Amino acid sequence: MSFPGARVPAAFLVLLFLAPVSAPAAVHEYRLDNGLKLIVKEDRRAPVACVQLWYKVGSSYEREGITGISHVLEHMMFQGTEKNPDNAFSRTVSRVGGRENAFTGRDYTAYYQLLERSRLPVGIALEADRMRNLILEEEAFATELEVVKEERRWRVEDSPVSYAYETGLSLAFRHSPYHHPVIGWMDDLDAMRIDDVRLWYRRWYAPNNAVLVVVGDVEPGEVLALAREHFGAFEALEPLPAVRSGVLEQQGRRRAVVKRPAQVPYLFLFYKAPSLPSAVRDAAVPYWEPYALEVLAGLLTGGESARLRSRLVRGQQVAASVSAGYNILARLPMLFSFSGTPARGRSVAELEEALQQEIQELRTELAGEDELRRVKAQAEASRWYELDSFYYQALVIGLLESVGLSWQVQEEYVERIREVTAEQVREVARKYLQDDVLTVVELEPLPLEAGAGRQRAAPEGGRHAR
Amino acid sequence: MRARWSLLLLLCAAAAAPAAPTVQHWRLAAGVPVYFVEARELPMVDIRLAFDAGSARDGEAKGLASLTARLLNEGAGGLDADELNRGFERHGAQFGAGVRRDFAVVSLRSLSRREALRASLENLGLLLEQADFPPAAFERERERMLVHIRQRQQSPGALADEALYAELFPGHPYASLPGGEEEAVAALRREDALAFYRRHYTAANVVAVLVGDLDRGQAEEIAAQLVERLGAGRALPELPPVAALDEARERRRDHPSTQTHILLGQVGLRISDEDRIAFFVGNHILGGGLLSRLFQEIRERRGLAYSVSSSFQALRQRGPFVIGMQTRNDQAALAAELLRAQLAEFISEGPTAEELKAAKSYLVGSFPLRVDSNGKMAEYLSWIGFYGLPPDYLQTFPRKIEKVSARQVRAAMDRYLDAQNMVTVMVGDLSADRAEPSPAP
Repeated sequence: MSFPGARVPAAFLVLLFLAPVSAPAAVHEYRLDNGLKLIVKEDRRAPVACVQLWYKVGSSYEREGITGISHVLEHMMFQGTEKNPDNAFSRTVSRVGGRENAFTGRDYTAYYQLLERSRLPVGIALEADRMRNLILEEEAFATELEVVKEERRWRVEDSPVSYAYETGLSLAFRHSPYHHPVIGWMDDLDAMRIDDVRLWYRRWYAPNNAVLVVVGDVEPGEVLALAREHFGAFEALEPLPAVRSGVLEQQGRRRAVVKRPAQVPYLFLFYKAPSLPSAVRDAAVPYWEPYALEVLAGLLTGGESARLRSRLVRGQQVAASVSAGYNILARLPMLFSFSGTPARGRSVAELEEALQQEIQELRTELAGEDELRRVKAQAEASRWYELDSFYYQALVIGLLESVGLSWQVQEEYVERIREVTAEQVREVARKYLQDDVLTVVELEPLPLEAGAGRQRAAPEGGRHAR
Repeated sequence: MRARWSLLLLLCAAAAAPAAPTVQHWRLAAGVPVYFVEARELPMVDIRLAFDAGSARDGEAKGLASLTARLLNEGAGGLDADELNRGFERHGAQFGAGVRRDFAVVSLRSLSRREALRASLENLGLLLEQADFPPAAFERERERMLVHIRQRQQSPGALADEALYAELFPGHPYASLPGGEEEAVAALRREDALAFYRRHYTAANVVAVLVGDLDRGQAEEIAAQLVERLGAGRALPELPPVAALDEARERRRDHPSTQTHILLGQVGLRISDEDRIAFFVGNHILGGGLLSRLFQEIRERRGLAYSVSSSFQALRQRGPFVIGMQTRNDQAALAAELLRAQLAEFISEGPTAEELKAAKSYLVGSFPLRVDSNGKMAEYLSWIGFYGLPPDYLQTFPRKIEKVSARQVRAAMDRYLDAQNMVTVMVGDLSADRAEPSPAP
């Protein structure tokens, strides 16, 4: 799927099935000599271009001790280069009417800009500049680290559900790089130094570890010329080390109770499950399994008429809220999970029992034809709905490429979902929704007493004044 | 994400630099305004009906508008929730109903394939005409709302919002969160929801928006058919006016969190206020986005917060203006003072020429991004439509931004805001804040 050398001979012309009056969307794939991959998708529905640069590094590449470093580097990417010091990056994008931000995941770090189409050269020049020329200055780092700690407090420490989720994941993945949170452990943030970040940047931020995605009202040839002009001179780094994929062994159910100040209990069930990228790599996993797991998730949680809402919220009234999720696009084996809040007057134990009954039924009985038809119709409709957003189209391409798949996988997605049979759904339920690979996490509310939030004494001294 | 875009943003605007898509506008026989954008590239249709059925119509029954909206797809015309929702979902259609302060939105996204669209529209018509509000569903959804309200009590951010609105709008329908209040929700009866539905979900109180793979004729037909399913109804009385605050107020609430959530609020503008555009530009400079004064001062220079911003909602009556951030407990007093000082400085001096220029290039230049998808366009038009703004708003708004002067910005900020008379809300572990608050500047 990767093409060494210059460019792919002919651009792939992707004909979307059932396309009515719309012109087929053309996707073009190129690779520069230094390994930078460029994917351009034409969409002329608005005079807009979405640029996304995906680096194939995220929290699952980190070791204990420097967890959260990919995300900290993401923050530092906005702190200036020689050519564009301080916040010149954001000022320039803003001046041309663009929007920009970035996000870090377990398997990637991505930077995006949404621009009026004629401003594309500005965006690409800026993005290239910070691929190799960050200053990474000590004082800016010290301040930004405080920002990241505030982010962690806001997202995790003060959100009981997020805290329980983080705990559950680290219990489920004892030996997998998914063990630690994307934002990192607070202790690691406390100990992080600018040199760690400099090393991380130099090691991973290279053209041969990045995918540039552009979706919008653009000419592919022009985008390629821009990419060559701005990225072409960068050296490829030596091939990046393969990352261990983590051992997914679990022999027996794990259970944790998390006590935090809260009002409402919460329950997570985490089952180990293969993802699409991990299934592709692992000959022992049939190619259709991830798609069957996707259909399984649809049966359970694809809308108001799906099983969990229909049976647990409305029927038995044991859940106030409940959902299921499957991480089909994780780079490494990940999870099929359930989560929810019991209804008033019902317990977490009752909710867990009700979920287990649903799981038991999936393991023993075949889903109905009507249900399967509904899930498949939703999958097909969603593919069209996704095309409504430039940002989302680029996101899907970047995500697929970052986890080691080709963007073309999305073109076959609906077809693969259509092929899934009731037997296959039952098969993956039997194989993966079983007790020995289950981790249960329960949030047990503590009273909301003031003062309980002071588990961590604040460090001495105020802020660095400037 | 690097920054949380706390965009109270219905308040922003549309496409300029290149021409914005054409918005077609007409009125149905019943007088219902319709806004339509033809977009044939994708085989999909977005329909939004904006009703005068927001939480501002709750009266004393805080949460009634929300509960009514939640119940629309719980059963209609004798179909139960499973049957009704399957009717949408077996074609991949998505139904939604949501409530804001001024209005409620009922939305449908469907493929434009004849069979899918016809079935979805039939279903939608059914729940517009005769939602059943089954007694069991009513009880259950009321209970679920109570769980959500309880969940709010474990979120310092939600607690801060509750406190702020109560202080800003005492005795006014804007005083509560759309999700309602525990005592009021517990007291709701099925008859209340049914009566609310019959009174508010009517042709006299709706604006229709269609975007997508339809021609004008089809759009006219669909809009007319949907509105036919509604009772005629009567327009509702105006909301009571909102009085500005003329004294500083403070609300502090202890909460076992590691951060203190700080809000500074004041009564802001109505949608019809002439200086709304100037205020919009001023707010952007003060606290909108990654380059605003607040973001630069609080986050970039001092590392005090992950998210800090100012925002405002111009409503039918004067809506909220809010500056918000959250920071480690022990530096909360310092942070609140910095916010106040930044605000005071901006009110008294106004923007620099450079700031104004930069803000204009961003706000005008980024217009195409506000309506670059059918979904965003439909969202925008339901706001334009509900507030009765002109159909060419997408063209005129950027031109108005271009014309705003620094003096107008300063005057608008000064007219509505006074750094000495803000409502200050602090929610967090207040005893952990060891900084000595100094007297206000």
